[in-house]
Amino acid sequence: MSDVRLSNITKTFGDINALDDISLEIKDGEFFVLLGPTGAGKTTTLRIIAGLEKPEAGEISFDGEVVNALQPADRDVAFVFQQYSLYPNMSVYDNLAFPLRSPLRKTPEPEVRQRVTAAAEKLRISHLLDRKTARLSGGEMQRVSIGRAIVREPRIFLMDEPLSNLDAKLRESLRVELKHLQKTHGSTTLFVTHDQIEALTMADRIAVLDAGHLLQVGTPTDIYDHPATTVVAQLVGTPRINLLPAQAADGQIQVTESSLRVPLNGGRASGEVMLGIRPEDVRLGSGGRFEGSVILTETLGVETLVHLRCGGQALVSVVAGAAPYGVNSTVHFDIAPDRLHVFGAGGVRVN
Amino acid sequence: MSDTRIVQIFILPTVILLICMNIFPLIYSLFLSFTRFSVISDAPPEWVGLANYQAILTDPRFWNNFAITGRYALVSVALQTIIGFGLAMLLRTKFKGSGILTTLILVPMMLSPIVVAVFWKLIFNPSAGIFNYLLGFTNINTSPEWLGQTDLALWAVVIVDVWMWSPFVMLLALAGLSAIPDYLYEAAAIDRASAWFQFRRITLPQVMPLLLIAVLFRTIEAFKQFDLVMGLTGGGPGDATETVSIRLYKLAFQGQYDTGMSSALAYVILVIIIAVSNLYIRQLNKARG
Repeated sequence: MSDVRLSNITKTFGDINALDDISLEIKDGEFFVLLGPTGAGKTTTLRIIAGLEKPEAGEISFDGEVVNALQPADRDVAFVFQQYSLYPNMSVYDNLAFPLRSPLRKTPEPEVRQRVTAAAEKLRISHLLDRKTARLSGGEMQRVSIGRAIVREPRIFLMDEPLSNLDAKLRESLRVELKHLQKTHGSTTLFVTHDQIEALTMADRIAVLDAGHLLQVGTPTDIYDHPATTVVAQLVGTPRINLLPAQAADGQIQVTESSLRVPLNGGRASGEVMLGIRPEDVRLGSGGRFEGSVILTETLGVETLVHLRCGGQALVSVVAGAAPYGVNSTVHFDIAPDRLHVFGAGGVRVN
Repeated sequence: MSDTRIVQIFILPTVILLICMNIFPLIYSLFLSFTRFSVISDAPPEWVGLANYQAILTDPRFWNNFAITGRYALVSVALQTIIGFGLAMLLRTKFKGSGILTTLILVPMMLSPIVVAVFWKLIFNPSAGIFNYLLGFTNINTSPEWLGQTDLALWAVVIVDVWMWSPFVMLLALAGLSAIPDYLYEAAAIDRASAWFQFRRITLPQVMPLLLIAVLFRTIEAFKQFDLVMGLTGGGPGDATETVSIRLYKLAFQGQYDTGMSSALAYVILVIIIAVSNLYIRQLNKARG
């Protein structure tokens, strides 16, 4: 296992700037997640590390050794593709054995057998070894392609949205398995996803990408509690963060067209800002300082989403359990003052 | 009128046409193959049992016809497959002008076989043709006479057939190649597979079904080969290029118009083609996994 460093990577496809001066460091044994919307440059980053794409500028190094000039085969990485990428016309066993049987580094057949059996057991696909890959379900196929990555000990695992083609239930269970596998192996893993839940639950650290720019790197808690920009704030957390246009002056923030007024805790801001409030920080209660009317409630079982109107602004609040609010009823609420997110010009966090 | 009645009325013309043009001749020729009969004589068909089949299977000239056809089909289809697949591999990655080049390569197979035969006759012409000239034979007295020598005539037909039909194999192989997703090769590159390994384990198995279809089509066509041979050599010199379908034509529509015997020969050819096709189809199903 290795640590991987990207320095000032730039990549363009024609006129499109896929990656703009990206620098990242993935530590040895870390589960690192690249999070971002479609077209953010996550997959391109992964393919550049694997050697499937060449960057226009910048350096890729494994353990301090620059690997820019190395071919994919010589970089010793494992890649799990979104589309499974199993070799058709071959059995599951042969697919798993494929990386070991490569003529460039031949492994003795007894060792191949032992490693394939071990990997199959870990992924619970031992009973499928004799099957042709065309006769597998989506979840089984993805297990096999993960198995093909773990039969050898690569320097880094690169996973490109490996769970996104699976149904929700399977995704959840495979998520847990992957995380478990990574922790027991202590393998360096770079995992690409557009799903913020996958990112928050699996990652040791997350890097948020958008339109080829690196917006923020941090632990899941960092990213959730201190989003660096409005894009990060909106990308992470369900239901989405409330973003309200506001005016800042004299250490106070006045939300436009509403009676919401909160103190600016720390940081400096004046003029036009965006005030971000997580739904769980909008706390409904009879003693609340602010007043709003209920537009709609969505019951989710463990919690209920309450959509409020407060002056000209709409807000969402999360309430535990069922909420007894009728539409158009008036409710009082408070806003946790120490958990506010204030974004200044260009959506950059100021507090 | 009920729906089924309307359906029947719509289908009826086709069914009548099929019965008149296909089914009746098929069954009637099967009957004729067991008789002595000629369409130009007034005598009615005379039942002779298996005598026609026995004559065909014991006559060395017929066996020679089959041997020529078999040799021709084998060599011709093998060359077409190798050249067609090779061309497809070369044209697989797009480059400037590759679209136009592909279209140009496909031109021969769009031509009429008779037209092809006529101008290849000119190309093969020992005194005026360009073929010998390109091969370096400039002395008319020693240059080979492709269509006139018994040892060369079949090869000449093979050359024309390969020229005409390799593009067809290329077209199908190209379709198969373009259906192979890039990520398979990327996965193989990361798994450190060699180029030969990638070709053998990814390219070949993925193209195989379409390649087999191309080979199946070409083999059936080669067994039925008539117009090209007729136009180029007419079966000659002697019987050097007399394929079974040329023999069938001579038997049925020349000299005695031996309809009974030619019907029997037609059935023998049909059985052989069905048998060969079945072998391929079995392979095809295996290749599909």
